[in-house]
Amino acid sequence: MKEKLIWVCAALAVVLFAITPTMIFTYAPMEKTLFFNQKIFYYHVPSGFVQFASVFLCGIASIIYLKNRQGKWDDLAAASGSIGLVFSAMMLVTGSIWARVAWGYWWVWDGRLTTALLLTTVMAGYVLVRKFGGPSAERLAAGLGIFAMADVPLVYFSVRIWSGSGRQHPKTSAVPSLTGEMRLTFWLSVLTFMLFFAVLLVTRVQQARTERILHETREAALDGGLIE
Amino acid sequence: MQTPIDTAGPCGAETARGTPGAVSFWREVATLAWKDLRVEIRSREIVYTMIFFAAMVVLVFSFAFIRQGKAVGEVVPGILWVAVLFAGTLGLSRAFGRERESDTMRGLLLSPSSRTAIFMGKAIAIFLFVITVAVIVVPMIGFLFGVLEPAYNANGGLERVGLFDHPEQLALSLILGSIGFAVVGSVFAAMLMRAKSRDVLLPVVLYPILVPLLIAATKSTFSLLEGDTAEVWFLLEFMAVYDAVFIVIGLWVFESLVIE
Repeated sequence: MKEKLIWVCAALAVVLFAITPTMIFTYAPMEKTLFFNQKIFYYHVPSGFVQFASVFLCGIASIIYLKNRQGKWDDLAAASGSIGLVFSAMMLVTGSIWARVAWGYWWVWDGRLTTALLLTTVMAGYVLVRKFGGPSAERLAAGLGIFAMADVPLVYFSVRIWSGSGRQHPKTSAVPSLTGEMRLTFWLSVLTFMLFFAVLLVTRVQQARTERILHETREAALDGGLIE
Repeated sequence: MQTPIDTAGPCGAETARGTPGAVSFWREVATLAWKDLRVEIRSREIVYTMIFFAAMVVLVFSFAFIRQGKAVGEVVPGILWVAVLFAGTLGLSRAFGRERESDTMRGLLLSPSSRTAIFMGKAIAIFLFVITVAVIVVPMIGFLFGVLEPAYNANGGLERVGLFDHPEQLALSLILGSIGFAVVGSVFAAMLMRAKSRDVLLPVVLYPILVPLLIAATKSTFSLLEGDTAEVWFLLEFMAVYDAVFIVIGLWVFESLVIE
């Protein structure tokens, strides 16, 4: 059942990834001030959503893992951490391209941008710790995941105090104010990205689980003297 | 005064002789912090190297940011906190490296004191190291960058207040900044104690988490120099919130994170 569901999600994501670009370029109307440049918005914002979702998923899975020490929660945290890093990078790159066209700068030190950048560095740290943390990397990473989640509101608040620049990232209220065709295209893109995220997550969790079971079996075999 | 011997448990629980839990917990914390301080007072290894390193950072920045005898822009707050941060990182890895090299962390963990007490003891010791460095670096920066006295513009109007014109705010910002650094730093340094590439990983994981504190601290020193006291109080409140959040999380996760 679970296996089938993920195949359905994957198939849906494939279909939607074919449909959304067409919709973005033909169905959704041109934006009044930004014209063609605004099209990147339909992939930029969903990447941001996925980043946020993965940071919180990673933090919550880390908390549960530290509480009950069941490997499956660690697999979930690991999977969402690494996928979150990929989507963060995607968001930063698309955002940077958009900023260059819309504002004339590749990067501005605005609150939202800086928060996104810092979250990306935390996720990169998370992935590094997982890779090079040594024998107890998973507990270490769990700690970092919890700290990262707690850090998100503080980062957002502090960066807003700090930047106060004139050129600002559009407010979140831009999303509810979207009209008809744009709105539909946007939420369909979000759905596409979320499905893609779910598929990647499940695949990565399965991979992590296989890795863990293999490792545990090997340890057990070493303990039992079956292999050298 | 004997330390109670059966205080195992998450938070220094009841002892056989009925010492209240909280009192015996703080006594353990004090004992553990004093242990680190006593080692340090005897060798002075960490504090001397930290101070020297912080002074070096300030000097390097002086060569980078002083043109024709004047600092380019308002660089003082940044230099102060970067020096404290770098020296603090050095102190963190040394303080935990010392435990690792002489294999004493195992002894600490096997001792009847709770892990939360070990964490608090370590954090207090690190806090004292960092604040010592800050106390030395602040006047040094004031001296080298000429911000000790107030500055006036051509019309005689006040352009900038002196670094020590609001000593209570300066002291509070240094204390709150050092507390936050010591708490978060102790958690990560303890976690990384057995990791392979700990010296590289410590700053990699620590700095992004510390950024909100660093922003508030730098901004508070900046506002302090501008004489904007209301803004400084606001930022100090933010730093206090940051410290409180991470003390709670640190106390909560340390027990399951420290690895031996």
